[in-house]
Amino acid sequence: MTVNLHLSELDRPNSYIGKTVPRPNAPRLVEGRGVYVDDVVLPRMVHVAFFRSPHAHARIGEIATAAALAVPGVIRVFTGRDIADICSPWVAVLAHLKGLKSAPQHALAVERATWVGEPVVAVVAATRAAAEDGVAVLEVQFEPLPVVADMETALDPDTPLIHPELGDNLVFQRLHEKGEPDAAMAGAAKVVEAVFHTGRHTGVCLEPRSILANYSRPENQLTVHHSTQAPHMMQTIFAKHLDLPEGNVRVICGDVGGSYGVKVHVYPDEMAVAAIAKAMARPVKFVADRLESFASDIHARDHRIKGRMGVDAQGRIVAMEIDDLTGIGPYSVYPRTSAIEGNQVVNLCGGPYDFQNYRAQTTVVLQNKTPTCQYRAVGHPIATAVTEGLVDLAADAIGLDPAEFRRRNIVRDDAYPYTSAANMRFEGLSHQASLEKLLTMMDYDALRAEQVRLRERGIHRGIGLASFIELTNPSPFMYGIGGARISAQDGCTVRMDPDGSVVALSGVTEQGQGTDTILAQVVAEGVGVPIERVRVITGDTQVTPYGGGTWASRGAGIGGEAALQAGLALRENILVVAAAMLQAEAGALDVVAGEIVDKATGQPRMPLAELGRIVYFRGDTLPKGLPRELVATRHFITSDYPFAFTNGVQASYVEVDVETGFVRLLKHWCVEDCGRIINPQLVDEQVRGGIVQGIGGALYEHCLYSEDGQLMTANMADYLVPMAAEMPDMVIGHVETPTRESLLGAKGAGEAGTAGAPAAIMNAINDALKPFKARVTAMPFTPERILAALGTIPERRL
Amino acid sequence: MTGSFSSHVEITLRVNGEPVTARVEARRHLIDFLRLDLGLTGSHAGCEHGVCGACTLRVDGEIVRGCLTLAAQLDGSEVWTIEGLSDSGAIRDLQDAFVARNALQCGFCTPGMLAACAELLDHNADPSRDDIREHISGNYCRCTGYEAIVDAVAAVAAARRGLARAAE
Ligand code: FES
Ligand code: FES
Repeated sequence: MTVNLHLSELDRPNSYIGKTVPRPNAPRLVEGRGVYVDDVVLPRMVHVAFFRSPHAHARIGEIATAAALAVPGVIRVFTGRDIADICSPWVAVLAHLKGLKSAPQHALAVERATWVGEPVVAVVAATRAAAEDGVAVLEVQFEPLPVVADMETALDPDTPLIHPELGDNLVFQRLHEKGEPDAAMAGAAKVVEAVFHTGRHTGVCLEPRSILANYSRPENQLTVHHSTQAPHMMQTIFAKHLDLPEGNVRVICGDVGGSYGVKVHVYPDEMAVAAIAKAMARPVKFVADRLESFASDIHARDHRIKGRMGVDAQGRIVAMEIDDLTGIGPYSVYPRTSAIEGNQVVNLCGGPYDFQNYRAQTTVVLQNKTPTCQYRAVGHPIATAVTEGLVDLAADAIGLDPAEFRRRNIVRDDAYPYTSAANMRFEGLSHQASLEKLLTMMDYDALRAEQVRLRERGIHRGIGLASFIELTNPSPFMYGIGGARISAQDGCTVRMDPDGSVVALSGVTEQGQGTDTILAQVVAEGVGVPIERVRVITGDTQVTPYGGGTWASRGAGIGGEAALQAGLALRENILVVAAAMLQAEAGALDVVAGEIVDKATGQPRMPLAELGRIVYFRGDTLPKGLPRELVATRHFITSDYPFAFTNGVQASYVEVDVETGFVRLLKHWCVEDCGRIINPQLVDEQVRGGIVQGIGGALYEHCLYSEDGQLMTANMADYLVPMAAEMPDMVIGHVETPTRESLLGAKGAGEAGTAGAPAAIMNAINDALKPFKARVTAMPFTPERILAALGTIPERRL
Repeated sequence: MTGSFSSHVEITLRVNGEPVTARVEARRHLIDFLRLDLGLTGSHAGCEHGVCGACTLRVDGEIVRGCLTLAAQLDGSEVWTIEGLSDSGAIRDLQDAFVARNALQCGFCTPGMLAACAELLDHNADPSRDDIREHISGNYCRCTGYEAIVDAVAAVAAARRGLARAAE
């Protein structure tokens, strides 16, 4: 079978698979030659600035535009009603999330503004500066309405309704039960419980959201340069809401300055820009500034979770129960919806552990705050913190070392396939191997001994562990079955040009994570050419196969497999021509390093450039009717499992200054299993970047709101992000359990770091605080909260 | 916006070694001037508040925040952007090390990060990892987690010291 043949080839020593090769994109970026949306300039281009609601909830009254229109350079002003005539509203629900509801959302608020930062009026001008001048003199009347800020009281009968037509402020609720959690808890030797909070935070992409839309009236064609993760999804959405045929919308996505899930959603201001381009039939650019990014990029992880865990006398987990509450802002975000994160918490809690009695509920409510939606590692850091926090409590209650407790409870490596208490199906994971590798890497016992020694000198260090599972390679079970036109399939077209070089067009996208590189590696491997001969093109809906883009760590696993299969198919096509030219059997030939060779001996027979010359310029010399397709396209979709789960475990070593409450991160370890590794360096760096994003959520990042719904941390001085000086060095290790769903065997690695880091840090801090009987469970773990836990200062509700 | 102040200023300066004369709006910051007036899009703005460091570049031999520097202040100055530093080869080893170590992902912070790292290496031939971390602690990178950047800078410092020793 050819599949087996090539599978063994992937393992050959000089394979590109599993090798660190530098990213072909990087030399361009280090010379400042990236082309991000704001670098694109088109003739007759105009700029938009938005007037955003200063109120969390208010009825919009009169909008006086005369002063703005009088500003030199200002060309036009669009209100919500103007845009509503061009762009239809949307409602973000998914059919498979039963009962999920939301209200119609417009590109610009029409009657009411429902969060601070919601776009209300658009000012179009010759320059961004003039547009901002116009915004500054706009006069908009508001009648303030009661604000729903606290998610805990959002469902109380006397809390006002954000959208009265919905009947309540409840967006979605799901209760999952398996086994007999009540009986198991009742029979447990110990039951531990805690309440966890994950702080609302946001992505802070260094390149803000950016869009440049152009409409050609004669062709009825909309072309959008967009900093996005999902060009094809956006093509579909622009077409639908601007009433254009889908084929007349082209989305081009060049370099993207970071996305992490922030740039996979539909933003009302961006829809307004496309609508304005259609109305004015000229290029319209909008680049969010940092202040509007904080108020209008999606936020995430605003959760309160009550958790309980029961263990038997041997320290085996017998049951787990969680009650999750999350506030998502005034609208479910289109089209992925804002119920997925809570749903993921239900799906992922307890994931690494072997128990079957589980009750989990998530309740998703409306608030007058910035909408929340999927952000890197959606739900994972929350579920992992809750699970691992409870695991440490349980270990303590039963008198076991945290590492030993995990050993006794993680799903055994020989237990697969395995179905979790949340009914997640795992094809093959490696919790045991990963944990043992981690403990060895960090020299766990020595670290424990050091901890004890330093304690005696008044130095309080802590060690925190966190096992986790990670959902990657999603099938249509994530969105498609709910009715969203979001592709879980992806495709790749590979073609050989006359000089023997290869171009690969892929539907996944590059956001800096190195997708282009791994696609080049896989295609070079599949076709049999040096990687330098491969060019990868992504991010143009008019050029690449239709695909899903970048989300849920699917680039390598799905896009990579499509690329591999396309490359192998092209190799077969090449060999058909080569066989005719060389009067040999196709099966006796191979393509290696850009040459046709004898398969048995490796003897070179002909360079690919010669084959290209004949096919493209002297086709007359080939037999009539000989297939000469030097192009091949393949698509891939996962079908055996709804998701390819991966796993890993992290450890954090911290020192807590009990006088000041400051946490110093001394070192961090992660062992993860993303299946077959295509490029070790890229995987390691994805994990490191992810860990630091997780550290941000654990220690620094917080979108704080006042009681009347004002965002109090709307700039980078008030909203703290991880900077180099405070970050630890991180040791990364791997276990490889390839998925059998694909030849390539790759799963995703993009979320692993972020999934586990906050839990590991929380456990490390609490380990350090143990002698003081102090514990923190509300992120971010600021010095203030740590001092409050120590009883040094009074507790304050934040 | 009172008319009694001139809203435009004429400046003459050198950018990447080339003379430039321009009439700039008094409020235009250096990044906008470079990007919009000169087409030097390698300079990036990430916050325009002086916090993220994306706009870091070299003016008169020192690194500055381009978003906090008004173009109008730069009459007679010498400005080097990532384009000029690349063309001159001044930071070639650092750029190569960034590529080899994958010290960049999306690349948006990279021009500013390189400017900051280059300055450190100019002043400290043997920086510790903590020195490196401290020096770039005003440059935000959301992608890398910083470690690869620290590794790249440390590698360049070591290589330059090796070269210096060999030259002795
Ligand atoms: S743009 Fe200048 S510091 Fe952020
Ligand atoms: S590489 Fe993306 S912000 Fe640094």
